[in-house]
Amino acid sequence: MAEHSLILIIVIPLMASCFNILLGLFRRGFCYPLVIATLSLCVILSIFIMDGVINNGVIHYRLGGWAPPWGIEYVVDHLNAFVMTIISFISLFVAVYSKRSVEAELPGRTVYFYTVFLLLVTGLLGITVTGDVFNLYVFLEITSLAGYALIAIGRDKALLASFNYLIMGTIGACFYLLGVGYLYIATGSLNMADLGRLLPDLYHSKVVLVAFAFFAVGVAIKMALFPLHVWLPDAYTYAPSTVSALAASTMTKVGVYVMIRIMFTVFKPNFSAEMLPVTEILGWVASGAMIFGCILAIAQTDVKRMLSYILIAEVGYIVIGVSVTNRMGFTGALLHILFDAFMMACLFMVAGVVMHKTGKTSIHGFRQLHRRMPITMAAFTIAALSVIGVPPTAGFFSKWYLVLGAIYARKWIFAGMLLLSSLLAVVAFFRVIENIYFAPSCHAHDRVGQEGIVRDEAPLSMLVPLLTMAAGILILGFFSGKIVSAVIQFTVPEGF
Amino acid sequence: MEIISSIKPLLAVIVSLIAAFLILLTGERARNLREFWTILASVIKFTIVFSMVSPIREGKVIEYTVISISPGLSLQFRADALGILFALTASFLWIITSFYSIGYMRSLNERAQTRYFACFAIALSATMGVAFSANLFTTFLFYEIITLSTYPLVAHKETPEAIRGARIYLTYLLGTSIAFLLLAIFMTYTVAGTLDFSDNGILIDTTAMGVSDTFLTITFILFMAGIAKAAMMPLHSWLPAAMVAPTPVSALLHAVVVVKAGVFVVVKVVIHIFGIDLLTKLGLGTALAYFSSFTIIIASIIALKQDNLKRMLAFSTISQLSYIILGAALLKPSSMVGGIIHITNHAFSKITLFFCAGSIYVSAHKTEISQLSGIGKKMPWTMAAFFIGSLSMIGVPPTAGFISKWYLAVGSMEAKEIPILVVLLFSSVLNAAYFLPITYKAFFEKENHTDHHEEVKEIPVVVIPLVITAIISILVGIYPDYFLTLAKEVIR
Repeated sequence: MAEHSLILIIVIPLMASCFNILLGLFRRGFCYPLVIATLSLCVILSIFIMDGVINNGVIHYRLGGWAPPWGIEYVVDHLNAFVMTIISFISLFVAVYSKRSVEAELPGRTVYFYTVFLLLVTGLLGITVTGDVFNLYVFLEITSLAGYALIAIGRDKALLASFNYLIMGTIGACFYLLGVGYLYIATGSLNMADLGRLLPDLYHSKVVLVAFAFFAVGVAIKMALFPLHVWLPDAYTYAPSTVSALAASTMTKVGVYVMIRIMFTVFKPNFSAEMLPVTEILGWVASGAMIFGCILAIAQTDVKRMLSYILIAEVGYIVIGVSVTNRMGFTGALLHILFDAFMMACLFMVAGVVMHKTGKTSIHGFRQLHRRMPITMAAFTIAALSVIGVPPTAGFFSKWYLVLGAIYARKWIFAGMLLLSSLLAVVAFFRVIENIYFAPSCHAHDRVGQEGIVRDEAPLSMLVPLLTMAAGILILGFFSGKIVSAVIQFTVPEGF
Repeated sequence: MEIISSIKPLLAVIVSLIAAFLILLTGERARNLREFWTILASVIKFTIVFSMVSPIREGKVIEYTVISISPGLSLQFRADALGILFALTASFLWIITSFYSIGYMRSLNERAQTRYFACFAIALSATMGVAFSANLFTTFLFYEIITLSTYPLVAHKETPEAIRGARIYLTYLLGTSIAFLLLAIFMTYTVAGTLDFSDNGILIDTTAMGVSDTFLTITFILFMAGIAKAAMMPLHSWLPAAMVAPTPVSALLHAVVVVKAGVFVVVKVVIHIFGIDLLTKLGLGTALAYFSSFTIIIASIIALKQDNLKRMLAFSTISQLSYIILGAALLKPSSMVGGIIHITNHAFSKITLFFCAGSIYVSAHKTEISQLSGIGKKMPWTMAAFFIGSLSMIGVPPTAGFISKWYLAVGSMEAKEIPILVVLLFSSVLNAAYFLPITYKAFFEKENHTDHHEEVKEIPVVVIPLVITAIISILVGIYPDYFLTLAKEVIR
């Protein structure tokens, strides 16, 4: 039974997406409940799969009954299940959150929005479930195409931002596809496990080396790894709030997942770490991402844009954990995938609430908002502290593993970079927090006193997901040890 | 050493967190109820802390593990003599400060009082957390919460000046703790494999395992730089900047809770992380002693030329904090006792002085020392208490300050460091030079015509607390045994 849930978790949102557009023609109000129901099913399925993996190990599913390596195979181990669960949870909460925001920002287009939204989730889940490099490409493109569409319907310069993303994303996808093609030339196989068996004999082949290079660059574009991040800030700034929240918390993480799969399943750790200085390069690139991401974040005047740069830095954190190639660092990277999904979802949701209530997201627009929306702003502060890495928020615990990983690898410089980046994040976030709580309001008459400003909290459908994320940030950190021993320790590649 | 397992340390932490929540919930609508929560929490907290004193005086230790998160990271409490000494002082003074706060804030009709009292309660929770922490992770966690919960109190007035002060405050405290303290904790964990405080220090065995002296020295320097709350020069500038906060905040938080948390962690690191033997071997104790001596003298010299009363008190605090560090750094039993006892002694005296500064501000709206001529006749209680506090700062018997100075002086002779003894004496002279003129000015100088003292009147709610703390400053000097036994228990 468990193996069928692998296909169900793809088919259900895909079918729902098609069904949604028909239903929408008939009765627009039904779309939202359908999306919630579908995504709730996905959450249940992902928990089911996770449970199966924890108890019985890796789950295989053969599409159409064709045996691998000829047929497409869906394989879920601890790593997939972990990322899949995160995606299904976050997308459910973002969907709950979306109701008011989509109604306000995209009047008249809700049906199409939810159709594409479901497609995006389908793509993301597909990437995590498949064990076939070409099938992965298909899902990668479903995700990206849905992403282009969703970003394009945003405000202001969204169309241009989406076009830039389209160009960059297509280049990335092409590179990935070229990588797949080269590997197929060299081995005649597309199955990840099979490739993993065949490739070690061919590690000195130029074709394989070139394939790896294509993979690396293609995936780096998709996950917005510095310096290939240029498409991201515009895209996430102008996208509708809901899309920013979902994309920021899941799409980049899935990119990292693909990178891990390619580096450590298709290719083996000894190739990625020893034969080529890939991990060494990744480490430095990630350091650049952490530092420049935060510095550029400090330079922004728009909160959504600032968060986009923070996201680029966060990708750097995850990659640096992978790059040090030891158990500690890898554990930290995976923990950070989880925690960062919560943090980014929470932060972008807050930005969406502010957009919804005030119509802008400039830093000055946040002045004295703690009086209007005390709960929302408290959630923002918690998430911000987590990004900085202040205990007891979750961010501290992933950073703990990341820094120890760097130290165990004798890369003191990376440990220093991690801490330096935290310091820069302090500056970036306290600029906003200072405005929220202490800066004099832009309007003189607001200064009359606490009664002068009417409390105007976000609607419940936005507040509940937001607070769930904030609560997750506060609580999850304490369970990091349990998460590691239950799931993450099994995801660490052999030889670390 | 007998270990008792009890939830009391956790309760002491949690009680004011609950209070903070209730305060926020009650809000501005029912002010008396809101203040009732503060008073109730402070009394309960003190009772809990006090109930732990007698077992600890008998040499026992109270432990409680809240949660083990992952290897090396566990939220664990351990109340020992040093911790209880700090917790007892802080929680007792919170009761007095609460009354003082209510009087002060209401007389001045200050804004955002709900936030003020809530943050105060959270800060006190975190202080108990630091005092009772059993490992460096727990310490670090609560150390950061202290910073974050007091940040809104520094920015309280929300004027550009206050926001600037708060920025400096946060930059120094959060910045150094992430950049240096956290790194030092990582380095410690990497070589020692644990973060739990132990009686002989957890780094003592590492030299045998091939960890170089340079590594340990760097770790020690990072610790000292990371604990900026101890306000050792050159990382002291946040303390004068924090003086923009309302006076009760300066009194309890920036003379007792925050800064003492800093020196407390320094003492913890010296005794329980490095251990006296290792520091003696590395010669780092003497280096730290001279470093803190430098702070003692320079801060006093800067204090001499301050005209703003609170700024002057801030520099005096910087100087006095280094006494405590000096005591720990000399690594001799007497000096340790002197340093540790100074945590308490300085707390009572300095809070008196700050209360006086606040009282003067509330009644006469004066902030500068030069404006205080003749104010003693209008505010006799306040200025008398100020005089007692001053004597304790200088170290004149029978005030509390004398006891700590005596032990420090004995300790410096045990360590055969005559220059340190000279520093102590010279510092007393400097203290006298900037404290006594204020009392002289207040009582014996004629008031200027520009200063209008006519309608100045002392406010009972504000004056009673400062009289109490002043009396305690003397009592602790006459009967020092209660705290001395605890302090001696630490180094036993």
